[in-house]
Amino acid sequence: MSSLLHQGRASYAFFERNWNLSKRYWAWEVVWLVYNIVNAMSVTYIGKAAQALTHTKVDTNYLVLYLLIGTAVWSYLSVTFEGVTDMITIERWEGTIEHTFMAPISRFTHLIGSCWYAVAHGLLFTFIQLIVVAAFFNLDLSHANYVTATFMLLIGSISFIGFGIGAAVLPLLFTERGSQMSYIVRAILLLISGVYYPISVLPGWMQPLASVSPATYVLEGLRAALQNNQVIWSPEIWSYTWPLILTGVVSIPVSVYIFRFAERYAKRTGKLKRNG
Amino acid sequence: MAIQQLEGMNLSQAIVIDTSKDAVEIMGVSKIFKKSKPLFRWPGRVQKEEEKREVRAVDNVTMSVKRREIMGILGANGSGKSTLIRILSTLLIPDTGYVRIFGYDVEKDERMVQRIINRVSVEASFFKKLSPMENLLYAARLYNMPGAEARAKIRSILVRLGIPQDRIGQPLENMSRGMQQKVAIARAFLTAPIVLLLDEPTTGLDPRSKIDVQTFVRQLREDHDATILITTHDMDEAEALCDRVAIIDQGRIVAMGEVDELKRAAAERMERTTPVTMNEVFMHYTAAHLITDADIERYGSWEKAFEALEAQKEDEG
Repeated sequence: MSSLLHQGRASYAFFERNWNLSKRYWAWEVVWLVYNIVNAMSVTYIGKAAQALTHTKVDTNYLVLYLLIGTAVWSYLSVTFEGVTDMITIERWEGTIEHTFMAPISRFTHLIGSCWYAVAHGLLFTFIQLIVVAAFFNLDLSHANYVTATFMLLIGSISFIGFGIGAAVLPLLFTERGSQMSYIVRAILLLISGVYYPISVLPGWMQPLASVSPATYVLEGLRAALQNNQVIWSPEIWSYTWPLILTGVVSIPVSVYIFRFAERYAKRTGKLKRNG
Repeated sequence: MAIQQLEGMNLSQAIVIDTSKDAVEIMGVSKIFKKSKPLFRWPGRVQKEEEKREVRAVDNVTMSVKRREIMGILGANGSGKSTLIRILSTLLIPDTGYVRIFGYDVEKDERMVQRIINRVSVEASFFKKLSPMENLLYAARLYNMPGAEARAKIRSILVRLGIPQDRIGQPLENMSRGMQQKVAIARAFLTAPIVLLLDEPTTGLDPRSKIDVQTFVRQLREDHDATILITTHDMDEAEALCDRVAIIDQGRIVAMGEVDELKRAAAERMERTTPVTMNEVFMHYTAAHLITDADIERYGSWEKAFEALEAQKEDEG
């Protein structure tokens, strides 16, 4: 019980620290939010332009909403991933990494503690982005089920955290450019998960990869929720939920194990020390 | 066997300390770092380059520190002091040998060791945008201290170390290096460690702040029966604070003992009848070049002359 309380307190320490950092770096938070919104609008306007570009009749509302959901998931994935990989990068930059790594807490607590702020941060950013961008397009959201949409994002977060922890190994091992190297994980997820297009347009050999990406199921679930008003307990939503639960249950312990392995390597080679 | 149940530390409820054991036991510890390989190289140069790539930071070090002892580790830059402290702090895994803190192995019983130690490094490592209170509250929670208790304790320690009340909530980036270092020391004291590792804690502090820190270190020993390992360049500090000192050079312990013992031994070796200073003892064991009055005049102080001549030696090497 005492140990659980300690791990809970330590987990909260990361949340509180990250919240304090967000407050102090408020200008950066504003810039990043605006960047995400502008980025999402640029992509979503492609949907609005489809009819003019192709000179054929297209369901613009459907296409705009399709792309808007893509940008929302992409933004959520990016913000959450950034938050998770940042737990190493920012500590290297500030020089606090050794202090955190010699604290008497489990690595699981350290990693999960850093992640739940990233999830809350990502949800808030995505919510604001959706509201602002949707306001520009006069969208018909009469078939949207927001409860299911939030549920899909939360369930997807478990897997995103797992993948994020796996990617955080890169800044741990590669002191100078490890954080940038983690972009490759995001880029692959963007390519194979059908963020802005159906998976069916991908080459045949690439399509099976989509089934191991949690983003695929989050996107499908969100589209079902916001375009077709699917409720949480519907068979369609369940068909996207169980793979996400499975991916999350597998990816988090595997990633924590890999991280611990990398930590041991860093302690053998002295890579914790360097502030890159 | 004398057993002590630790008090005053929320973390230590399950830790039992055998006070009859040495607080720190270091046995045959070595650490070699390898520089990364270049992607392309000439075939004939492999052997030579392999040798160059290895840096023996700590070389077969054996020593022990008794409970409540203040042990000084003296050495030049790059002599292996910080590597040794990092091994004790569970931040580096030794290649050979072992380190035990009150019987707990730093590698096998990592979490136990982390619960009873804390460390102050030479650079005050903080989230510089956050205030001392925010940084220390983060540290306190990691060490299982409730928020209200932590806030009161943080304020009390910082004030005792001379941090003005109105600066406790201000970002650390606006503080001088000396003040930041005091906050780093407060962070280590906050968890009342029974083994405290201080890696050049007073480097960059003004004389008054140095005395404040030294007083606090002694107080920690008196109040909490703490064992303290301190690395320093400051021979006066070593003399004033340490029960024993070890001199480390190129990763090896070249001399160890009480300050007076070392002075006597050095005087005998140097065939001197007049008393020798700790500076001279240190130079005797570590440097080929004896610092003269002319060197001191040229560089401004003994320490500056030492640094300059060591750098010169490294360049020549």
